[in-house]
Amino acid sequence: MDLLSNLSLGFATAASPENLLFCLIGVILGTLIGVLPGIGATATIAMLLPITFQLEPVSSLIMLAGIYYGAQYGGSTTAILINMPGESSSAVTAIDGYQMARRGKAGTALAVAALGSFFAGTVATLLVALFAPPLTAIALKFGAAEYFSLMLLGLVSAIALAHGSILKALAMVVLGLILGLVGTDIYTGAPRFTFGITEYADGLSFVALAVGIFGIAEILRNLEGDQDRTVLGTSLGGLLPSRADLKRMVAPMLRGTAVGSILGILPGGGAVLAAFASYTIEKRLSDHPEEFGQGAIAGVAGPESANNAGAQTSFIPLLTLGIPANPVMALMVGAMIIQGIVPGPNVASEQPELFWGIIASMWIGNLMLVVLNLPLIGLWVKLLKVPYHVLFPVIMAFCSIGVYSVNSNVFDLYAVAFFGLMGYVLLKLRCEPAPLLLGFVLGPMLEENLRRAMILGRGDPTIFVARPISLTLLLLTLAVLVVMFLPSIRKKREEVFVEAD
Amino acid sequence: MALTTKLAGLAAGAVMAASAAIAQTYPDRQVTMVVPFAAGGPTDTVGRLIAERMSADLGQQIIVENVGGAGGTLGAGNVATAEADGYTVLLHHIGMATSATLYRNLAYNPLEAFEYVGLVTEVPMTIVTRKDFEPTDFASFITYVKENADTITMANAGIGAASHLCGMLFMQAIKAPIVTVPYKGTGPAMTELLGGQIDIMCDQTTNTAEQIKGGTIKAYAVTTPARLDIFPDLPTVAEGGFPGMEVSVWHGLYAPKGTPAEVIDRLSASLQSALADPEIAAKLAELGTAPSPATDATPAALKAKLEGEIARWKPIIETAGVYAD
Repeated sequence: MDLLSNLSLGFATAASPENLLFCLIGVILGTLIGVLPGIGATATIAMLLPITFQLEPVSSLIMLAGIYYGAQYGGSTTAILINMPGESSSAVTAIDGYQMARRGKAGTALAVAALGSFFAGTVATLLVALFAPPLTAIALKFGAAEYFSLMLLGLVSAIALAHGSILKALAMVVLGLILGLVGTDIYTGAPRFTFGITEYADGLSFVALAVGIFGIAEILRNLEGDQDRTVLGTSLGGLLPSRADLKRMVAPMLRGTAVGSILGILPGGGAVLAAFASYTIEKRLSDHPEEFGQGAIAGVAGPESANNAGAQTSFIPLLTLGIPANPVMALMVGAMIIQGIVPGPNVASEQPELFWGIIASMWIGNLMLVVLNLPLIGLWVKLLKVPYHVLFPVIMAFCSIGVYSVNSNVFDLYAVAFFGLMGYVLLKLRCEPAPLLLGFVLGPMLEENLRRAMILGRGDPTIFVARPISLTLLLLTLAVLVVMFLPSIRKKREEVFVEAD
Repeated sequence: MALTTKLAGLAAGAVMAASAAIAQTYPDRQVTMVVPFAAGGPTDTVGRLIAERMSADLGQQIIVENVGGAGGTLGAGNVATAEADGYTVLLHHIGMATSATLYRNLAYNPLEAFEYVGLVTEVPMTIVTRKDFEPTDFASFITYVKENADTITMANAGIGAASHLCGMLFMQAIKAPIVTVPYKGTGPAMTELLGGQIDIMCDQTTNTAEQIKGGTIKAYAVTTPARLDIFPDLPTVAEGGFPGMEVSVWHGLYAPKGTPAEVIDRLSASLQSALADPEIAAKLAELGTAPSPATDATPAALKAKLEGEIARWKPIIETAGVYAD
């Protein structure tokens, strides 16, 4: 059995005392930076790159990978506790996770997130080991037309993200789309909505937007009066999920893992999209969709599983093609090149120890993370007992450092301040920030791929229906629309009949 | 009038005295190397490779700071206005020359705002296609592309990217317009080439070498004057009759204007010693490139290169009529 011998080679490599140590260092660092709002894995790995020069290639990559998925775990901690997504992919977790925390179920939410992430990490690692090459082939079939149709499906489904007014949700999606267009048009080089500020030529930073609109806005709201805050600190009991909680998280976890694994493979979309998609699916399938946005366990378990699964499978294009799926993967490529290994399609055959060692270390790292995180939950929850007048300046300082460290760009900090105020106004207007974020993420990709597909098709729009994968996705979009409007159509018809009678 | 002259003289004297003091102790703290592109990219990798060796030589750590955005002009702009004390340097590539024309409202003058330390490396470019592209050699490739110019598509990594520059050069050389599809960076462009969604790309060996070796894409020519050691079978563009298509992604090290000459000399010497390190040469060779010889890793060579390249690209970019702002 090829796979068994490969896996045993991988585990033999990853389980050497030295590599175990670096894996542990990686996941601990990752958890820490994930917990610090705004400081992302990208900035940390960039800062740590020089240190890895001295290490063995396998050890350094195991450590960097550990930082990456460790940050996915840690990022959800702040999202849940203080509504501050430490990582872009945990923005979705903040929606229901924070509401759970406000209801005194912070411990449960954290445990659900950790268990969901562990399960998804395990499954996704297995997927990477078993199916990396065929999955790569699928990813390569995705051209501009397919991406466009996928984004369209995501955007249409996004309306499900809203609870309350559909009109407001639509407005938020559109606002997000417009904010997403800020920057240089890649086809003509024309700057759009930058107001002549060169610092925004590459668009607004997602982290700045998410930190501002979720985190800073929440701080402003909390500062209105201190009544709300006390709710958070009171109930420490029930740290671990009850049997009923566990039961309710199983199905979302499975679905989240599946969605995350698939979307993670696609370069570009990745973990953020996976989390949004999972949230949408859970809300659609739930017997109690009204719970979403008020602290639904499924709204934490699904997206958390999805983003962690996506984080693992986004290694596939890197390992099989040598192509980075996101900025963190690009840094891993840099780390490999500095070590004298140029990633490409031959890494698996030329460097089997490296290839399988990294895969095996992913599972080991996930195990370490869950062991590390479950006991820490009590500690994190205690953090909420810190008086708010001490806590919030600390949070804001870390946010600023984190956001600045990504690009060393002061204008990203101005963006945080602006979106913090905007988020506060939106809170007051009872507009949901989640659809805005989704519009922000999907908008630019939607436009980019629409125009690219049209260029490739020489202006012929049939390219979207002529390609089977694209056609399937468009039909799915249509199905979502029909399902969404069917009840109201039926109701109207009934009304018509009533009047006729 | 006399007073201002005197004052100016005093100020100049003070500056000179200060710079002499700086030069004697330089470097006594860490040096920041600004790379105006994202961490992990090919330019960043070159920067980090030499930063590590130069740190050893200077006895002070060189920290790489990635200030990405606007085709490298943000980072370059930051360094242009940084303190000219030798503690901020800039690693930039060919974009330093092309941005002079691509950006019509540049905040700095590329020829006026910097002191030159030296050339670092010149990365060759390769003309590559999806792996099932029909032509068998470079000559038939050119014929095929000319005949099918209206159905062929060409990828690049965005306006101002090396692949975009090479693409412009290619089209002007073969005198056939090809539909160009920009991507956000080399990663997505390469993915689509691997998937056969797009036909042609011209990109640095940093990005293409492993894929060519792995047979996942097909290569037709290299844009260097001589054939490459890693691909001895690939003809040069000149062999194919297009000497005007020669292009390389050359990297240079700069410091803000006014950095004391002694400091520049120290940096140049350090760069030369880093480039002479066999380990650096070995790692650059993996990427299909080589360190610049010591004669090129000098202020004069870099200055000449930049001036020549700005003059060379101005008409090419203006003919194509593409601007990045």
